[in-house]
Amino acid sequence: MSPETETPMQRERAQTIYEKSKAGRRAAVLPEAGVPERPLAELIPSNLLRSEPPRLPEIAEPEIVRHYNRLSRRNFDLDTGFYPLGSCTMKHNPRLNERVAALPGHARLHPAQDPKRAQGALELMWLLQESLSEICGLPHVSLQPSAGSHGELAGLLLTRAYHADRGEERTKVLAPDTSHGTNPASVTMAGYEVVKVATNERGGVEMDDLRAKVDDDVACLMLTNPNTLGLFDENIAEIASLIHAAGGTLYYDGANLNAVMGHSRPGDMGFDIVHVNLHKSFSQPHGGGGPGAGPIAVSDRIEPFLPRPQVVRRESSNGGGPSFDLDHERPKSIGRLRGFQGNFGVFVRSYAYILSLGADGLAEASETAVLNANYLKARLAQGRAGQRLPIAFNRHCMHEFVLSGKPMKKELGLATLDLAKRLLDFGFHPPTVYFPLLVEEALMVEPTETETKESLDAFADVIEQILAEAESDPEIAKSAPYTTPVRRLDEVKATRRPVVRQPL
Amino acid sequence: MTRYTSATAGDRAEMLAAIGVDSAADLFEQIPEPLRLGRPLRLPDGMSEAEVYERLAELAGRNADAEAQVCFVGAGMYDHYVPAIVDAITQRSEFLTPYTPYQPEISQGGLQVMFEFQTAMSELTGLPVSNAGLYEGPSALASAGYLAIGATGRRRFVVSRGVHPHSRETLATYSQGYDAEVVEVGLEGGATDAAALAAAVDGETAAVFLQNPNFLGAVEDVEALGAAAKEHGALLVVAVDPMTLGILKPPGECGADIALGEGQPLGNRLDFGGPSFGFFCSTEAQIRRMPGRIAGETDDVDGRRGFVLALQTREQHIRREKATNNICTAQALNALGAMVHLAWLGREGFRELGELLVQRTAYARERLAAVEGVELLHEAPVAREFAVRLDAPVDRVLERCAERGIAAGYPLGREYPEFSDGLLVAITERRSKGQIDELADALGAAVAAERAGSEAGVR
Repeated sequence: MSPETETPMQRERAQTIYEKSKAGRRAAVLPEAGVPERPLAELIPSNLLRSEPPRLPEIAEPEIVRHYNRLSRRNFDLDTGFYPLGSCTMKHNPRLNERVAALPGHARLHPAQDPKRAQGALELMWLLQESLSEICGLPHVSLQPSAGSHGELAGLLLTRAYHADRGEERTKVLAPDTSHGTNPASVTMAGYEVVKVATNERGGVEMDDLRAKVDDDVACLMLTNPNTLGLFDENIAEIASLIHAAGGTLYYDGANLNAVMGHSRPGDMGFDIVHVNLHKSFSQPHGGGGPGAGPIAVSDRIEPFLPRPQVVRRESSNGGGPSFDLDHERPKSIGRLRGFQGNFGVFVRSYAYILSLGADGLAEASETAVLNANYLKARLAQGRAGQRLPIAFNRHCMHEFVLSGKPMKKELGLATLDLAKRLLDFGFHPPTVYFPLLVEEALMVEPTETETKESLDAFADVIEQILAEAESDPEIAKSAPYTTPVRRLDEVKATRRPVVRQPL
Repeated sequence: MTRYTSATAGDRAEMLAAIGVDSAADLFEQIPEPLRLGRPLRLPDGMSEAEVYERLAELAGRNADAEAQVCFVGAGMYDHYVPAIVDAITQRSEFLTPYTPYQPEISQGGLQVMFEFQTAMSELTGLPVSNAGLYEGPSALASAGYLAIGATGRRRFVVSRGVHPHSRETLATYSQGYDAEVVEVGLEGGATDAAALAAAVDGETAAVFLQNPNFLGAVEDVEALGAAAKEHGALLVVAVDPMTLGILKPPGECGADIALGEGQPLGNRLDFGGPSFGFFCSTEAQIRRMPGRIAGETDDVDGRRGFVLALQTREQHIRREKATNNICTAQALNALGAMVHLAWLGREGFRELGELLVQRTAYARERLAAVEGVELLHEAPVAREFAVRLDAPVDRVLERCAERGIAAGYPLGREYPEFSDGLLVAITERRSKGQIDELADALGAAVAAERAGSEAGVR
């Protein structure tokens, strides 16, 4: 691309805050110590002291603000445009939730505050536990895990403790060969061996393969339902009874919960342990890669092993109202998964979201998510997309669906990656690409309930336009994007010879 | 119409027609009938925004936060002043609402922040490599255990009792999965018992875990303690309080292979415990075993400087069960808060703040030690937190102080039964001399009142 066609942002070479630093500049003005001061070496032995301060940037406040504001403009974000990233549930992040999370009673509450003086916070956690319990159809909840994969690890350690308590030692965990990569990674960390279960053409569990692999050495089966193709696995009841008959637990990866809130519950499907991604279904902003939270809901037989401490409600003995407490006395507990009580700020936002929508609103959110997905699927079944990007399995989907770019690649020479990069030029975040692995050149599309019909139409129109463009000149997409702050980046170099900090 | 959705009745009709069904309910027929809920969720009806605000404000109002009380509680999370620009920047949509930077061309802002953050943490800890952040402190320490097993092929951890109890408990939890043994080494005079540590480390030890300052506030001689790890080929893992690293010798200069910790003191509010972030730094030798995300510098096709997620071949989506960890969250927004805070403090301000903490802590320690019924739990040097013993039941004293609007500290008894009379007191730049004096008065009065009460009871 010639320099004349560079966008202003492209012309602006990336400069880190360290490169804008100049000795003698500063932003912070600190309070005076206000106490009699003594030489540092009198207080701490000098061999334990630092000789030179860390080379942090030296820069005044106005330039810090400009630096990060300018950087922010080099990000695409959900508040700016459509983000149909499959399996990620990029729904609107209500600003109300930010406001209530920032109330001093939440934001400046010390986590070690005496429970007597943190009754509001503990009640909020208890109410969120109760809400998630009802939504998941399982009686007990721990809010402690900090992310989906943390919930997975928790679920597997709970399974281990459950079997150990029964005097059993099991070594294998079953997971579909199409499962998200964190599933097998968590299995290994929990000390189990992963056994892959084949997937049928509908993305569901291949029942014959499952029957062949279930034995009394199987500790757990990890599944998501709807499955990774966005289809509900109608064999789930039979799967559950197979696993339970063999003495295993059934784990539900809640990545796809947004499809079924108020319509179907993992507990009723037979799952023993569920993790819920509060940053997906319950509107916690993703923050460019965290924070999130991954609470778990479990059945009665798993409850004794839940992490500690657990938020509990205690009824008053003297006729007063109930009170809330942290229960540390849980002799069979697997123990802590992290410090303090969990990502409370995320709990506040998610509870505000649940209060805002209520029972009917949550059900309608899932219904609209499913409606939007099926509508977009129908739009993309027409025209060029229908030819070049066929749906991987053509029946009604739940909240997401998967297209295959195989014909597009074969007929136009355009890989799914090229289509994704060309979408960037049109102001759309691409769908999830190359996942699930069972679909060649996969594109996984999840529009969520908060998108308008107009957004969905515009996305379908742009896909059509890119495919038409590629019929006349496939090179355009192959070299895309053109308008982004930087163009395609050399990811191999970043791995082969990693430069992971600014040299100073 | 539900909250946050846009589909009008007309939209729905058009969409259903395009799909070829009569109602949205038809789309849910793929769920076998017995598995359909068939009733509304047993949750309250939705509320207006104003009503939700009032309800949440009412709950928040029943918490004694650090504006309602003067907070001397630390134990890993501290009531530091978070500068206003942190809120302004972290609340920008462009940082608040994107997903993980899977499309680097439209994620340069976030990726560059990660790169800047990694540089800052590397500078703070004196180690060359930092990741982009983990969930929080204690689970970061447990992740270091997993790395150490991979690096050494051994499954035995030696942990100082000066390491945060939550970190030790989390390591023990994870070790059920790691099939690893955790051996604890006690304290002597507030600091890790060096002889006991040297005796506990052997050729089967994967890692030695220290914390500096330790949970009781004592500044440890990490270099001397770490020699045992070096001798037996175990990794030296040091948890640090980032706010002390302007003053204390960085772990990288004390022989640490891994330095990690709770990041909350940097640019993150208390939030009743989270979300915050954990940081994780290592030597070059461990870079390919690192947990979490790492941003790296590269070029685009036209030669422009850019940033991407580097070393993804360690990660779950490629390595699956052989991944270095299962963590794919970087707490990116919290790490951004830390980076802005660190830039705001700057090289000089960061050191000054560290010194301010040391000076005020020294004053507070001396002031409290002079109070009748209060004595130091240990005499080891401290930086920003110290432990005292009370000559009266700690919970009763805390209650009396709370009634005066002071959260006087963290009671040690639950996690250190040997210090059932112990109280941990933390200082930040928000705790003025006047507040420290008031704490001393309150503690003195509370201990005296309890002693008078118990004497009266004896009579």
